[in-house]
Amino acid sequence: MSWTTADPMVSLKDVHKSFGELKVLNGVSLDVMKGDVICIIGPSGSGKSTLIRCINALNDIQQGSILVEGQEVNDPKVDKLELRKKVGMVFQQYNLFPHKTALQNVMMAPIRVLKHDKIKVEEVARALIKKVRLEGKENAYPGELSGGQQQRVAIARSLAMQPDVILFDEVTAALDPETVGEVLQTIKDLAEDGMTCILVTHEMAFAREVADHIYFTDRGVIVEHGPPETFFQNAQDPRTKEFLSQIL
Amino acid sequence: MKYETDLPVMLPLERHQSEPFLGLKSKHILTVALIAIIGPCVAFAQAPSGQESPLAVLVNWAPLLLKGFIFNLIISISAMAFGTAIGAILGLGQISLIAATRHSSWFVTQFFRNAPWLVLLFFAMFLLPFEINILGFKIPFPDWLKAILGLSLPVMANVSEIVRGAVRSLPSGQWEAAESLAYTRMQTLWLIILPQCVKRMLPPWMNLYSILTMATVLASIVGVSEVMTLTGQALASEGGRPELLAPFYGFVLLLFFIYCYPIARFTVWLEKKYAVIN
Ligand SMILES: Nc1ncnc2c1ncn2[C@@H]1O[C@H](COP(=O)(O)OP(=O)(O)O)[C@@H](O)[C@H]1O
Ligand SMILES: [Mg+2]
Repeated sequence: MSWTTADPMVSLKDVHKSFGELKVLNGVSLDVMKGDVICIIGPSGSGKSTLIRCINALNDIQQGSILVEGQEVNDPKVDKLELRKKVGMVFQQYNLFPHKTALQNVMMAPIRVLKHDKIKVEEVARALIKKVRLEGKENAYPGELSGGQQQRVAIARSLAMQPDVILFDEVTAALDPETVGEVLQTIKDLAEDGMTCILVTHEMAFAREVADHIYFTDRGVIVEHGPPETFFQNAQDPRTKEFLSQIL
Repeated sequence: MKYETDLPVMLPLERHQSEPFLGLKSKHILTVALIAIIGPCVAFAQAPSGQESPLAVLVNWAPLLLKGFIFNLIISISAMAFGTAIGAILGLGQISLIAATRHSSWFVTQFFRNAPWLVLLFFAMFLLPFEINILGFKIPFPDWLKAILGLSLPVMANVSEIVRGAVRSLPSGQWEAAESLAYTRMQTLWLIILPQCVKRMLPPWMNLYSILTMATVLASIVGVSEVMTLTGQALASEGGRPELLAPFYGFVLLLFFIYCYPIARFTVWLEKKYAVIN
């Protein structure tokens, strides 16, 4: 049985994860179709980061199933490197490589990991830097860039690997308010291009605008989910209502 | 930003009005010069008439002592190079994912890091053979080579800790970013982690080199003809005149100071420079 685009690109079934005694995920299930943008929201410590880090095997799980393009991730034999070529990730703290310029940060993985031709990679990388609106910053080191600029380089770096899906873990949470907009705009561009995105975010207006589906998590379970209109207007569960009343 | 204040604590700290040579102020240079000059002069005053002045004696011996000192430097550079090479491997062993490698590297590091250097030197001296037999060829194994090996043991252990500490000091986000971009662990280490560690490792590594250079005189205890051994021999052949002790050993002190002090200053400068960047 091979995977087709009619099947979910990412499919979680009854995922359980604990750190020692601490149970962080208690049976999470969700499906993401190709081209979908889903947003995961929920209080701090509810397991959102853990949830998306399981998808590219940065965390392992104890029970359940995670399929990425039909391939089981919760399998000791899984080729993590192949998986991570398909699943990109952008972090809250950008995590750019500070000893490399913006352009080198974008070019390094395609050259070293995918073994692509350097000249072509550079062409693509320059185009990506332009796409995230950082033309002219190619040779700047991360330390010389603002938080918003660094985060856009990080997005370009992830895109350079031509992933099928990108995970975003609160990518605007560490930014100065004035640079949040430019990063959200970049993600919005991606979503319009049809990139499959799984976002953890606290930006409700943004979630409402770009998401195809919203998931609300609390204490390791998905409490409630739905398309943005119904989710924001007709939240049923009291926990969701309370969270939304605090944040909106 | 400029601001007016009467509070002394709020005023910018005034330091190093004139940047002196290598951070040495005139009073420091004076002190060092005194050691170099007063010693011989006092000795000269004590010298019985009819004998060569201590200064003249020192001048006669200086070329030989300098050669001995250069031998100390050769020992220090060789022990540093050898210890660094093995220590780097041991340090990487300490962060290996293989538990056996990690634990044994840790143990070796701790063992040699917590041993007196002199004991390690004796250990190398008396445990290593005076020649080794490789395929019928007898390769001599002189004392100075044993001294280099003996001194490289503590260097190895300290470099191992420097490497481990530098790797651990990087934020885990660097590893995670590399992992999520499908780098292998080896690639992550060589392309992302270690290049960033070099800067952090340089100051402690140079500190270690200074300490090692000063420790090379330990080799005199096991009979290597380095500067201390030669000084002792020179004094003996001058008939053990007590007024010669101060100028001779003062001269040796001066040699080490002239060599090690700039290294120490450079280390401080590097530390400051990288502290600003990070
Ligand atoms: N590596 C880890 N080791 C132990 N506990 C962890 C680890 N990572 C996260 N946790 C714990 O798991 C819980 C969920 O964390 P996280 O997934 O980061 O939540 P969120 O992203 O929703 O704020 C928290 O209680 C956190 O302390
Ligand atoms: Mg989080």
